[in-house]
Formats: sequence, C-alpha cells, structure tokens
Amino acid sequence: MNAVEQALDWLGRPGRWSWTDPAGIPYRTVEHLGFSVLSLLVAAALAVPSALLLAHFRRGAFLASSAVNIGRAIPSFGLIILFWYLASRWGVGTSFWPLLLALVALALPPLFSNTYAGVVSLEPDAVDAARGIGHTERQIMLRIELPLALPVVLAGARVAFLQLVATVAIGAIVNDGGGLGRFIVDGFAQGAGGYGEILAGGLAVIVLALACEGVFALLERFAVPRGLILSRRTTLTTRPA
Amino acid sequence: MSEYLLAAGDRPLFEWRWVERNADQIVQRLGEHLALTAAALAIGLVVSLALAVLSLRWRWFYAVALGTAGALYVIPSLGAFALLVPFFGLSFTTAVIPLATYTLLILLRNIVTGIQQVPEEVREAAIGMGFTRVRLLLQVEFPLALPVVVAGLRVAAVTTIGLVTVTAMLGMGGLGFFIRQGIQTTTPNPTAIIVGIGLSIVLAVLVDALLWLSERALAPWARKAGRA
Repeated sequence: MNAVEQALDWLGRPGRWSWTDPAGIPYRTVEHLGFSVLSLLVAAALAVPSALLLAHFRRGAFLASSAVNIGRAIPSFGLIILFWYLASRWGVGTSFWPLLLALVALALPPLFSNTYAGVVSLEPDAVDAARGIGHTERQIMLRIELPLALPVVLAGARVAFLQLVATVAIGAIVNDGGGLGRFIVDGFAQGAGGYGEILAGGLAVIVLALACEGVFALLERFAVPRGLILSRRTTLTTRPA
Repeated sequence: MSEYLLAAGDRPLFEWRWVERNADQIVQRLGEHLALTAAALAIGLVVSLALAVLSLRWRWFYAVALGTAGALYVIPSLGAFALLVPFFGLSFTTAVIPLATYTLLILLRNIVTGIQQVPEEVREAAIGMGFTRVRLLLQVEFPLALPVVVAGLRVAAVTTIGLVTVTAMLGMGGLGFFIRQGIQTTTPNPTAIIVGIGLSIVLAVLVDALLWLSERALAPWARKAGRA
C-alpha cells in the first residue's frame, strides 16, 4: 500500500468524521481552532491596549520596532518544550498552561508592533481635529486612533493567527490533545506504518491554515472604516512555525 | 505526555558540566543547523532570482508567482513536513523543501521591488552607453537593488534558523535535537533545552549581523544615501 492509499484507508476508519470522538478530524479541528483563538484573544487583550496607549503618547518606539525581530529569532518549538518542562517541574498542569503561555508569547510581537505602527502612521490631522472639538485623550484613542488603525491591527492579528495555527500543531508533541497535530505526531511515532495518518493529518492542518487565512482576508476587507480609503498595507513579519 | 513526568524536578536548570561533556555534539548539531539554513536560503535565492527575472518581464507572472509564494507561506511547517515524509522519508530533502519555499515570498518581493526602485535615468544612461539587457541587469540593476535584497535575506535567514529547530520532529539534527532531547530522556534535561533555544537565537542574531555587515561592504553607497 502506498502512502496515498494508506491515507485513504486511514480516512475511512470509524469515528474519523466525528465531532465528539478524539479520533475524529472535526473534533481535532475544533480543538485546534479553540486553542488558537483563545491564545489570540489573550495576546490581543495584552498587546493591543498597551500598544495603543504607548503609541498615543509616542513612547516605546524602540520596543515596537524590535519586538518583531526578537519574536522572529525565538524558536517556537523550543518555547513550547521549555514551558512544558517548567510546568512539569513546578507541578503546574502540563496539558493547558504551558502551551497557552508559549502561544501567547509568540502572538504578542506581531500584534504589538502592528498596533503601534498603525497608530503612529495615522495622519495627525484627524487626531488634531478630534482634540479641537473637545475629545478627551481616551476618546481619541478609542474612537479615532483604534478604528483608523484597525486594518493594520488586523494584519498583525492575521500574521499572529497564522503563527498560532502552525504552532498548535507542533504543541501536540507535548500535549495530549494538540489539535490536528495529534495525527501527525502519532503518525511519526509509528514510522512507515503511520504514513497514511501523517499525510492525512498534514493535509488537514494545511486546509485549516488556508481557510483561516481566507477568513482573515475577508475580515480585513470589512474592517476599513467607512468613508476612508486606505492603501492596504500588510506588515509581513514572521514565518513562524 | 505522562511518561515524561517522572523525575522532572531533579536536575538543576543549567549545568555547565553537560555543555562541556557534549561540546563535540553541540558543534556537530550547530553545523547541521547551519547546513540546513544555508541550503534553504541558497535554493530560495536561486528560485527567487529566476522568478524575479520572469516577473520583471511579465506583470501577470509576478502576480501569479507572488500569489503562489503567499499561499505556500501560509502552510504550517509541520503540515508541510507531514506532506513530504511519506515520499522523501525522514530526510534532509523533506526538511529543506518547506524551509526553502518559505523564503520565496520575502525574497521574490524584495528582489523585484529593489530592481523596480532603480531610477529610470540610471537605466537609460546604461542603455545609452550600450549596455545589453543582461549587462544592465547584472551590472546596474542588481547591484543597486542589493540593499533591499539583503534586507529580505536577513528576514529569511532569521526566520529559517528558528524554523530549522522544528525539523527535530523529523529526527533531523540541528539545534532542535537538543530541545527535543531535553524531554525525551528518562530524566528531563533542562540544560539541553536551554542550549538548543539559546544557541538558535545566538545563531540568528550572528547571521543577521553578518548579512548586515556584508551589505555595508558590498553596497557602501547605500549608507551614504541614508537607506537602511
């Protein structure tokens, strides 16, 4: 049986299309997406407000410019294993927190630097006008700067999410769950007998990543504030994991 | 997984003794890491240059090539490895193909942008002096595009060095070997994990600095003009 036949055979096994059975691709897809979305939300809750605040007061420019470079140099595979090790050493649960922390750490740099760059690059006229009609600094940040910078913020979120979807798969090496990466890691463990599972799992991860990119592309299109035409700029950061 | 859980807390976080005892192994894995990085960048650069030449000739080709490179870039590395393992096994080839494809997006874009930025007067002057199309590209356009190309190469290099660690999941060497080894022995070894991560970061920073220095040496005019 060649690898493709093995994969087809593997795809035909019982429970493979179940939402509730851990052997099911839909089940693992939901797990994969859940972990990715949760990490993105936590990272965004940390990065976006702080970047907005710092950019509004024009502080921390160096941090913003070096964040992406630092993020790019950190090997995500290492971060996952390091956090997993530390959690097991300190007796914290190893199935959830280490992976979440590693993922949040990886998603922070692109979110932070894009939010910062998005706010700093706005035309000062809009902010001056808002100040002129009596907006408070807080209102300027939330009603002017954040919405106008939103396309750039979303471009950062897209890069971060791409990285997360890729890294959750790697997380399966230490995590009992591990989303769609579970199939690939389990397949590797079986050697040549696992080629079907590896191939099918790999395809599933790729399809999921492409689908997520598509959704983000749509989101970015709708995020441009009405009445404003921005040249779409996507800040490319890392090929992450 | 649970079998790793035993005796996790026993070893100190960092043991110099381990580093000394494994110096040979560290040098060997560092070499493997560099070999994978260099191969991926070299392949990426050659393919990007070819695509760039075609892209400069036909606009539609640039759109197609850039779109394809963008789609390939989105593929998670583990997924890409998984797709290739059944056909190329746990091999250098399996590791290097995805690593090389990830460099295409940034390299292609930077080469084309760099060449398009060459001022039209410069091009006309060269043609006026009797330069052929090929000489124009090799002796005028490409040298002037060099700073932008190297900027792309720096991003590609740093990204690739981080990604090479993932190939440890294929049983390939490189510094990722230590990261993985750190939790695979019966007594987890934090020193191996820290050495793997630390050296990978140091390598990325060093290669980045080296490329930056070589750009300054090869294109000294760019610094005068104030381009980064």
